[in-house]
Amino acid sequence: MNASNGPIARLSGLVKRFPMGRGHFTALRGIDLQIMPGEFTGVVGPSGSGKTTLLNIIGSLDTPSEGSAVVLGRSIGELSHKQAADLRNHHIGFIFQTFNLLPVYSVYENVEFPLLLLRKPAEERRKAVLEMLEWVGLSDKIRSRPSQLSGGECQRVAIARAMVKKPGIVLADEPTANLDADNSHHILKTMVRMNENFGTTFCFATHDEKVIRYLRRKILLEDGRVTKDETVKKPRLRRAGT
Amino acid sequence: MIRFLIKGLLRDRHRSLFPLLTVTAGVTLTVFFHCWLGGVFGDIIDYNARFTTGHLKVTTKAYAREADLFPNDLALFGVDSLCRRLQDQFPGTQWSPRIRFAGLLDVPDENGETRSQGTAVGLAVDMHSAGAPEIGRLRIDQSLVRGTLPESRWEMLISDTLAVRLGLEPGETVTLVGTTMNGDMAMRNFTVCGTVRFGIAAMDRGAMIIDLEDCREALDMPDAAGEILGFLPGESYDPIEVSRIASTFNDPFAGVQDDFAPFMQRLEDQGGLSEMIAYIDHFSGLLVFVFVLAMSIVLWNAGLIGGLRRYGEIGVRLAIGESKGHVFRAMLAESVCVGAAGSVTGTAVGLALAYWLQVKGLNIGSFMKEASMVMPLVLRARVTPTAGVLGFLPGLFSTVLGSLLAGIGIYRRKTAQLFKELEA
Repeated sequence: MNASNGPIARLSGLVKRFPMGRGHFTALRGIDLQIMPGEFTGVVGPSGSGKTTLLNIIGSLDTPSEGSAVVLGRSIGELSHKQAADLRNHHIGFIFQTFNLLPVYSVYENVEFPLLLLRKPAEERRKAVLEMLEWVGLSDKIRSRPSQLSGGECQRVAIARAMVKKPGIVLADEPTANLDADNSHHILKTMVRMNENFGTTFCFATHDEKVIRYLRRKILLEDGRVTKDETVKKPRLRRAGT
Repeated sequence: MIRFLIKGLLRDRHRSLFPLLTVTAGVTLTVFFHCWLGGVFGDIIDYNARFTTGHLKVTTKAYAREADLFPNDLALFGVDSLCRRLQDQFPGTQWSPRIRFAGLLDVPDENGETRSQGTAVGLAVDMHSAGAPEIGRLRIDQSLVRGTLPESRWEMLISDTLAVRLGLEPGETVTLVGTTMNGDMAMRNFTVCGTVRFGIAAMDRGAMIIDLEDCREALDMPDAAGEILGFLPGESYDPIEVSRIASTFNDPFAGVQDDFAPFMQRLEDQGGLSEMIAYIDHFSGLLVFVFVLAMSIVLWNAGLIGGLRRYGEIGVRLAIGESKGHVFRAMLAESVCVGAAGSVTGTAVGLALAYWLQVKGLNIGSFMKEASMVMPLVLRARVTPTAGVLGFLPGLFSTVLGSLLAGIGIYRRKTAQLFKELEA
């Protein structure tokens, strides 16, 4: 599974249907898409357009109804629960709209958790966690609990947790929805820097203009279909005071 | 990873403290009520064994049919040789002949005229042979209120209540008026050497206790006894052993039609005790079942609520890459830890409460004045080794079952659905 040789994710004729009453609701209608290593891309569209469903399939949290989704060389539809968990464990990081930190654990422990699942040695874990907390600017909060942090700080912890295992791809579902403009730009800049430094692929699901401005590739999703897929040569990054 | 999970468990009171308190409460009640029921019913059986039934009882077949009437005309003869035979055949078991009888006690004044009179139920046991195990078995020495134990012939102990009613003091003489085993009138003077209180309403209302040999002579029952009581070694009841002894003894007499042929009964064959023993067994089982069920429902609900509350955590753990099986196993391991801790705490508290009630007892004497049943007036719990482990059954089972049922939700939902609910 060498992501550098091909796309991180390759979706072909992807259809996703959900049962609804006696019939079903089609959330994705024949998506053909490739996400290449190192991209800073986003699936953009209004609510109900299928963004989260698409991210869930790429993140091996859900399976296609038709078509194929190959992520990091693995066909999502053919993975067992355990194999899917293994794929997420090793190669995929998640960032959520509501942060979803584990409330009873400290900042340090939240970030450490993915490494515990990977059975990394204690010293390696410590080094990686401290490095990542430094990246997100929370070295002074390692003993704090999530309830003692602001929303922006919580999301920075969530970014550190997603990045600490150096995944192939980070999937971020509306990561700025609960943040104010300053915090949104702060965490987006952090993610841009991480993308540039570690080469980690970022894929967003968003309809937030603040996020869209940072994307280098915008995939417009409407009613379950890709209606536009454009690469932005130079993202319109935030200027001071805006 | 284990340390990480333990930290979470300890820090999250909804996952640890509250289930722990629930389990502790349930296990405490289970252990306490088990000890309480075991103590009360055990004492009733024990008192019945000591005073009326023995673990085994040999009578004639006819006597067994009418035992409630004290039919001494149907008593066993050749009791001494029969006791020796029983001792040879079933070594270790103690065999004690007794005579139960009823009579009138007449208290004379200084002129020999009747000063007072009263009916009494009599029990004649061996009180003068070496060791006299019946004194200890009936706890006569511990029950003495006034006077002394019989030290010579023709001495009598009577219940303290009866002595007060008749205005008797130790050292005074009474005349026992009864019937011989042949139906003739029997009269004999006895010296009241002491008064007793057993804490058993049926005995304390009006009982007299005399030596077996005195009774035989007074009631014209040479080498006879109404019944021979058998007690297993250690005075502890073993239903399998008594069944073996009874069937071994009775088999040779199975086809004998003679009403005076000896017949051995087990404790549970007498006075409806079999129903009581079955009741204890069933009630103990029912008690454990009810607590397991109730606690399972409570903990299931707690588990479900906890599970719902932990959707966020579970969803994140799944997203990060923990497998459903690992999450499920971790939840079960947590429930085993909580169940074990709650069981240990609940057992300790339950045993402590039971021990307190074993020592202090609950006096029900005021409710038992008219009782004819042989049962103690002070009800006590009894701490047994079984009680030390019994609570673990509902404690562990219900927590694991609760988590199991709650955890099934994880398996039944698709990961994406869990996620959706997590985001909701």
